[in-house]
Amino acid sequence: MNGPHDLGGQHGFGPVAPEQDEPVFHGEWEKRALGVTLACGAFGAWNIDESRHARENIPPATYLSASYYEIWIRALETLLQRHGFVSAAELAEGHMLEKGAAPKRILTADMVPAVLAKGGPCDRPVAAAPRFAAGARVRTRNFNPATHTRLPRYARGKVGAVEAVQGFFVFADDNAHGRGENPQWLYTVVFDGAEIWGEGAAPGLTVSIDAWESYLEPV
Amino acid sequence: MSHDHDHDDHHHHDNHFSPMEARVRALETILTKKGLIDPKAIDVIVETYETKVGPRNGARVVAKAWAEPDFADWLKRDATAAIASLGYTGRQGEHMRAVFNDGETHNLVVCTLCSCYPWSVLGLPPVWYKAPAYRSRAVMDPRGVLAEFGVILPEARKIRVWDSTAELRYLVVPERPTGTDGLDQDALADLVTRDSMIGTGLALVPEARP
Repeated sequence: MNGPHDLGGQHGFGPVAPEQDEPVFHGEWEKRALGVTLACGAFGAWNIDESRHARENIPPATYLSASYYEIWIRALETLLQRHGFVSAAELAEGHMLEKGAAPKRILTADMVPAVLAKGGPCDRPVAAAPRFAAGARVRTRNFNPATHTRLPRYARGKVGAVEAVQGFFVFADDNAHGRGENPQWLYTVVFDGAEIWGEGAAPGLTVSIDAWESYLEPV
Repeated sequence: MSHDHDHDDHHHHDNHFSPMEARVRALETILTKKGLIDPKAIDVIVETYETKVGPRNGARVVAKAWAEPDFADWLKRDATAAIASLGYTGRQGEHMRAVFNDGETHNLVVCTLCSCYPWSVLGLPPVWYKAPAYRSRAVMDPRGVLAEFGVILPEARKIRVWDSTAELRYLVVPERPTGTDGLDQDALADLVTRDSMIGTGLALVPEARP
C-alpha cells in the first residue's frame, strides 16, 4: 500500500537528530511496549508481515507524529482485536470484560532466551529454479496495490542489475494477508542513483533493495 | 504561568501519567488478567536487550574480521554462519549480510519502509533510525545525512545505500583505522561504534600516543 510508512525520497522531515548517549529505552512504557509486542507475537496468531501491514495502516497523520513504540502498540491493539484476543470495549475501558480467544502458545519467562536466540527464519526449501542470475538487467514492476508490499514507491518501474541471488524466502505480500507463504527467490537489485532520482541525483550514489522475483521483469 | 509549567512537565517527562504509559499499562493489565502474557517474560525480554544483546556484539564481529583475514572471508561469504560462530544468533539476525567499506565505497544501511535492523549484532535500533527524517533521506541524500552525523567523505567516494526491504539484515564493516597494528581484538572492538556499523559513522581513531 502507498501508506505513510513508505518514506524513501519524501521531503520535509528536517534534519536527522541523533541523541548523544541515547538510552536503550526512554521510559518504562517503552520496555513494556517491546515486551508486550514480542509476547503477543509468540501467540502464533499472526506473522511479521501481517504485523508490518497493521503498522502501515495507521492513519498517516497519526503514523507520522507517533514514536515507533507507539506505532507498535497501536498496531498490536488492531491485531489483538482482529484475532479475538481483546475487544474494543476492553481497550476503551482499560480492563478485562470477557475471556476471548485462546492462543496456540503463551510465552513464559523460561522460554524467552531460546525463543529470542532462535528467531523466525524466513527462508524455505527451494522449490523452483531462479529466473535471474547475478548480473541480469531487470525492471521492477510498476504497481500500486492497496495491500502489503515491500517494493517501495521510489523503486517501482526502475531498471537495475541483479547483484546477488539471496535465497528462497516467504513472500511478504501474500503472507501478510493469510494467502500463504508462497516462497519465491529473493534478489538484491542495485540501481544507479540517477535511475531513481533523475536530474540532480547525488553523484556516485547507488541504492539497492531486496526484491522478490515477482517484483521483477527481464529487460 | 504555573499552570503552563505543570502542563509542560507533563509532556517532557516519561512519568506514569503520560498517555502512552497509561495505554501500554492498561493493555498489559488486560492481557495478564486473561493469562495471555507472563509479565516475567517481558522482564526477561527487556533485560536481554538492555544487558546482553547490543552493539558490542557487532563490534566483536568487526574486530575479528579486521584481525583475521580468514574470518573476514567467511563473513563476506556467509555472514549468518560467521556471526553465529561467535554466539550471536536469533531474532532480527536470522539472515545476515556483511558489507565492507573500502577506499572506493562507503556503505549505509536504512529501512525506508519500517525499522528493520540487525538486532542480534546491534541490539535495538536508536530512535533516529526509525524516524521519518532518516528513512526518507538516506536513500536520496546520503551525504547530507552523513554530514548531520559529522561524517564528511572524500568527494570521489562512492556511496552504496542498502534498503532493508526483505528479511536480510545488514552489518557494515567499517574500514580499519590506521595506527592500529599492535592492538588486540578487545582494543580494536573499542574503536567500533554502533553508528560505524550502520554506516552513519566511521571507526574511531585510537588516541595518539605521547
